Amino acid sequence: MKVVVDGVSQTYTDRRGQRVEALAGVTFTVEAEELVAVVGPSGCGKSTLLSLLAGLLAPTSGRVGFEGELPAGRPATAMVFQEFALFPWRTVQGNVEFGLEEAGRAVAERRAIAQRYLELTGLVGFERKYPHELSGGMRQRVGIARALAVDPAVLLMDEPFSALDAQTRQLMQEELLGIWERTRKTIVYVTHNIQEAVWMADRVVVLSRRPGRVLDVVPVELKRPRTEAMLGELAFVQAVERIWGLVKAQARAALLEGAAPAGADEGGQR
Amino acid sequence: MRPVPDRTRALRRRAHPLARALGLAALLAAWEALARSEAVPALFLPSPLAVLAAAGHMLRSGELLAHVAASLGRMALGFGLGALGGVAVGLAVGVFSFVEAVGTPLIAATFPIPKIALLPLLILWLGIGEASKVAVIALGVFFPMAINTYTGVRHADPLLLRAAVSFGAGRWSLVRKVMLPSALPTIFAGLRLGAGTALLLLVAAEMIAASSGIGFLVLHAQNLMETTALMVGIVVLSVLGLASHWLLTRLERRAIPWKADA
Repeated sequence: MKVVVDGVSQTYTDRRGQRVEALAGVTFTVEAEELVAVVGPSGCGKSTLLSLLAGLLAPTSGRVGFEGELPAGRPATAMVFQEFALFPWRTVQGNVEFGLEEAGRAVAERRAIAQRYLELTGLVGFERKYPHELSGGMRQRVGIARALAVDPAVLLMDEPFSALDAQTRQLMQEELLGIWERTRKTIVYVTHNIQEAVWMADRVVVLSRRPGRVLDVVPVELKRPRTEAMLGELAFVQAVERIWGLVKAQARAALLEGAAPAGADEGGQR
Repeated sequence: MRPVPDRTRALRRRAHPLARALGLAALLAAWEALARSEAVPALFLPSPLAVLAAAGHMLRSGELLAHVAASLGRMALGFGLGALGGVAVGLAVGVFSFVEAVGTPLIAATFPIPKIALLPLLILWLGIGEASKVAVIALGVFFPMAINTYTGVRHADPLLLRAAVSFGAGRWSLVRKVMLPSALPTIFAGLRLGAGTALLLLVAAEMIAASSGIGFLVLHAQNLMETTALMVGIVVLSVLGLASHWLLTRLERRAIPWKADA
């Protein structure tokens, strides 16, 4: 299924009653089975974009939608959250089964599907643990398994590894790519980390600072499967430099703005 | 080399396990000694051992158990009704904005009334029997439960609500699978508050209009100048308070297993 974002603008009213423009005329597409990363400085409306795709927010203007057949019983999207957003009162198993419950699947079927994704994400043996008993990396595995379990046509990932330490993040990126090779999900991956975006994605959508506009869509000319050795390849370095060139001035301006509202990314969703 | 000094000494707290038992024992010993010295007449201050003996006697005669059973029955019924009603109303007020608009001013207006002041009115309406006592306890428990449930529901993490919605949860699912579990810790805090209030109202109601129960026992013993029996009543009340606290703690651990050390 193809993701279409067509001329989307998003304006919201903040707590002081001021109108804030989060996104301005954003247009791009994500082809089926493509992994597209969205990068931009903080407060560029990256997360707002994902909320629009997830149906957690209606665009002020423009269109967000999907093209192509959606098989019956499958949701269009499922989201992996930056702060994990696991239900603390549910065990690992219970969290992974949540979406299946809401989809009305039978108990035995839920068990079987959950087991498959617990295996895929390396959570076997942790089924009965509660989220507070797990490390950050393990928690996000639960978040990924929960999203994959409903078999969405498009997987939405909102800075999924930014709350993890650098080493865990590297490992989780590799694991995610491994999972992607096997499941071939269409993925929209939001991050502020350019290296991460280039290393993982087929194409990188570069957003400007608020209001977010598409500065460029950079294709990544790296073979699959991606390996760590590719971090030194010319194609990798060039893509990173090209994106950093676009983002640098934007990030500096955002920095000097000082009041760059903390959590402006989320602003549109409240 | 000068070693780096440990600067955390001012922050250190030790457990002192012996002191915990010692304080209680010392109080009892001092009380016993004072009573035996006959510096205070036994009518005003019977000795702990005498109270214990009286308790044993009242237990064997069945008198004590009858009073405890009467009190427990009233308390359980009133507490149960008040807690259920409070949780139901708190949920409704927390979930539906219309009920919130209607309900919050009503609760704010009636909550500050000391519930014991309503007992005469309740006796007028429900008669002097069990119903009025149960009702006053239920009212006392209802308010902390309703307010705590409402607070818990309204403070459910918006991120978790969004996550649930993103996985297709409807309103009923949100209530059952996110709001209610989010509210459980504050609901239990409400139960603790309610248990204290229930005990207070129980004793007061039994002192005003009853011929059984521990409140009646205490007042009746005072009228007969039976200070030991009066003391037995007070000790039983303290045991009831401790027991309800212990029970609620056990229940909370079971109901909220995801809290590291609730």
